[in-house]
Amino acid sequence: MNGLLNVSRRKFLQATVVGGTGLVLGVSFRSAEAAAPQRFEPNAFLAIDGSGRVTIWVAKSEMGQGVRTALPMVVADELEADWAMVHVEQALAEPKYGRMGTGGSSSVRNSYLPLRKAGAAAREMMVSAAAARWGVEASGCRAESGVVLHAPTGRRLAYGELVAEAAKLPVPADPKLKDPGQFRYIGTPMPRVDIPAKVNGSAVYGIDVRVPNMLVATVVRCPVVGGKLSKLDDSAARAVPGVRRVVPMESGVAVVAESTWPALRGRQALVVSWDEGPHAGLGQDSIWQQLETAVQKPAAVARATGNVTRALAAGRTLEATYQAPLLAHLTMEPQNCVADVQPDGCEVWAPTQVPDRARAVVAKLLGINPERVVVHTTFLGGGFGRRLETDAVVEAVQLSRAVAAPVKVLWTLDDDFAHDFYRPPSVHRLFGALDAAGQPLAWLHRLSVPSRSPERLKNGIDEGALTGALQVPYGFPNLAVEFAASATPVQLGAWRSVAHSYNAFAVESFIDELAHFAGKDPLAFRRSLLAASPRHLRVLDLVADKAGWGRPVPKGRGRGLAVHESFASVVAEVVDVVAEGTGFRVERVVCAVDCGTVVNPNTVEAQVEGGVTFGLSAALREAITIDQGRTVQTSLSEYAPLRMREAPVVEVHVVKTNEPPGGIGEPGVPPLAPAVANAVFAATGKRLRKLPLQPPSRGTG
Amino acid sequence: MANLSFTLNGRPQTLDVDAAMPLLWVLRDVLGLTGTKFSCGIAQCGACTVLLDGKPMRSCVVAVSSAAGKHVTTIEGLSTDGSHPVQRAWVAEQVPQCGYCQSGQILSAVALLAEKKAPTEADIDAAMSGNFCRCGTYSRIRKAIHRAAKETAP
Ligand code: FES
Ligand code: FES
Repeated sequence: MNGLLNVSRRKFLQATVVGGTGLVLGVSFRSAEAAAPQRFEPNAFLAIDGSGRVTIWVAKSEMGQGVRTALPMVVADELEADWAMVHVEQALAEPKYGRMGTGGSSSVRNSYLPLRKAGAAAREMMVSAAAARWGVEASGCRAESGVVLHAPTGRRLAYGELVAEAAKLPVPADPKLKDPGQFRYIGTPMPRVDIPAKVNGSAVYGIDVRVPNMLVATVVRCPVVGGKLSKLDDSAARAVPGVRRVVPMESGVAVVAESTWPALRGRQALVVSWDEGPHAGLGQDSIWQQLETAVQKPAAVARATGNVTRALAAGRTLEATYQAPLLAHLTMEPQNCVADVQPDGCEVWAPTQVPDRARAVVAKLLGINPERVVVHTTFLGGGFGRRLETDAVVEAVQLSRAVAAPVKVLWTLDDDFAHDFYRPPSVHRLFGALDAAGQPLAWLHRLSVPSRSPERLKNGIDEGALTGALQVPYGFPNLAVEFAASATPVQLGAWRSVAHSYNAFAVESFIDELAHFAGKDPLAFRRSLLAASPRHLRVLDLVADKAGWGRPVPKGRGRGLAVHESFASVVAEVVDVVAEGTGFRVERVVCAVDCGTVVNPNTVEAQVEGGVTFGLSAALREAITIDQGRTVQTSLSEYAPLRMREAPVVEVHVVKTNEPPGGIGEPGVPPLAPAVANAVFAATGKRLRKLPLQPPSRGTG
Repeated sequence: MANLSFTLNGRPQTLDVDAAMPLLWVLRDVLGLTGTKFSCGIAQCGACTVLLDGKPMRSCVVAVSSAAGKHVTTIEGLSTDGSHPVQRAWVAEQVPQCGYCQSGQILSAVALLAEKKAPTEADIDAAMSGNFCRCGTYSRIRKAIHRAAKETAP
């Protein structure tokens, strides 16, 4: 058979080279890299060689949000590099990069200043090197697009000619940063560097990695969380041609084969019975009941202003309960990882959001120094928080150790559905009060959501689960937020925009309900309570203008609004829906975004468009339910996410500002669900308080 | 094991493989053409789309034996330098985010444009709704298809 073993490392290398943005090979615990002569490498993020070629290392994971372009743009701008000479590399997991985790929409936000400084320091060193060569004052020289110029004499030296001298200079600790008016790349729409490889098939994701002698494994796991293997008959599986080994392991039973097809067939041939453990009876009804019961009585106070109890007793009150379900991440690239455990270390290739954590986990698992672990971050076929977990990495390492060969562990999409770290389910009870004149008097939000782990609770409060509820921006004189702690055996994790995803639904739905209760326009009502939040006001005004808020809407249509701050950005969205039969259709979404300084406008727009579509898919359709301890929805047809034919028109308008950059991968998601529910109310008079708003009927698709 | 022949990206190809192996795994594991992606494995997502005699097929559920004697086109066969009009439109509109679904999206679009020179919105909906995109690039895909149609118009 012309099998996997024929596909050599050469091929793998080729694939990465074609992409131009692929993996770094040859830097490993096995081969110490010889320092290239004539190379200027003042810090972890950039190097310039004698030809003037600039290498910029990206320490964040590219999962579609454009970091492989945006972060180098920041470095190149301060460096005054010529973009045509810039070559981008993915960084290996190393402490010199600091925290590498890609999540919380933090990449540009947290790297912005350090990367500017890294670029600026290198620029100053280039200028100093040139000034010294010419024997002139550095202040009389300037850098421009990869060249140092001395205006009085018209002399010029390219960066490549200066590397040897610059490399000997001290690195300035506090280089002078550019004035935003001088930015060359920041704020300019730049084509993404990863896109050419993503339209010709050469982009290398984790699933595409091959190393010599690599085996492929699939793992069957107990469908019930906490279950264990009780009986295994692997004779049929081992009889499948190409299957090498069947390995019972902590997470299940692995079939290790020469390539993917026999691994999948072998898995099907396994005869396994499980001891389903203590959670085999768990059902969705009991999950909801637990949360609903928890919000019936006062809970731990996480924030309080004024006296809510008294204000609620004094005013005209409104009360509503909202519910948001468990959700799956559904990255299109199933979980996978390649590990090669060697006697003296381990090399890992993973589509991971946390290469640094993966490195630590592998080192601990193998009982070796992290320096003996090399983690290559590939492209990620979607992240959304799922790849903050290291479960597939652990499996690959365990299996490589067990079979003494490099192993790629590959999940199926069903595995991903059934064994995800889901967005937690939540129940929100809100109370509001208006005074006799209809002015807002009180706000009480009581939230119950199971914590991802008991350690997250401090004095009965899980602050992480409260983000977006705790910071409610509306200026109620009496305001309280309460948290009712609970737990569940279901695996929970961070799902794009994390707690904002459910808290914004409750907060922005209820403020809309209160506006109608007060007989006020939902925009005017919000504005009246946002005097202390100029960024909110600005995006509200922008979105209202662009969406034509206040203009008459034909019968059978409705327009809904929501605004929410997350990850240091504020997004307002106006959704237009059309009533259709007993349901509705989302026609258009207009967004206004304040994400501070924009590095790559092209990416910002794309992320908001994507976030809106992702958020709409969840708002309309998505829910994971649990029955008899197992996940009910294990296929696309059952989960029924949004397809092309249902995708609305999305318009994105970005506020111009020189404030520090905010996040952009997630902030488009939270306002969407409430904006849709508010639009449905405007169109039909029906208030929808449970997500998803249009659940798929069972078994369709 | 059987000897199978087909034309792959314009070149003749003969293989000795399990005839029941899905074309997807032959492409990815045997031939090393990893541009064709695995996701759902059951014809629900379109990530594995290739063209079989010009028609879009889900290679995860097509046994390699059904490709015998036919023309198979994968993403690598459009052009490696991105010069195919649909690839160019995809770059111009900056369509891909994570990119994982995009090989399949592009091949479905190529098949659509071969059938309809100027597809309507409804044509696009019908031809593209079998290709799931988790990153939500649908509106850019739509724009890119219109752009490619315009640029290839006589
Ligand atoms: S992998 Fe073939 S359609 Fe999903
Ligand atoms: S671009 Fe990520 S799934 Fe389509």
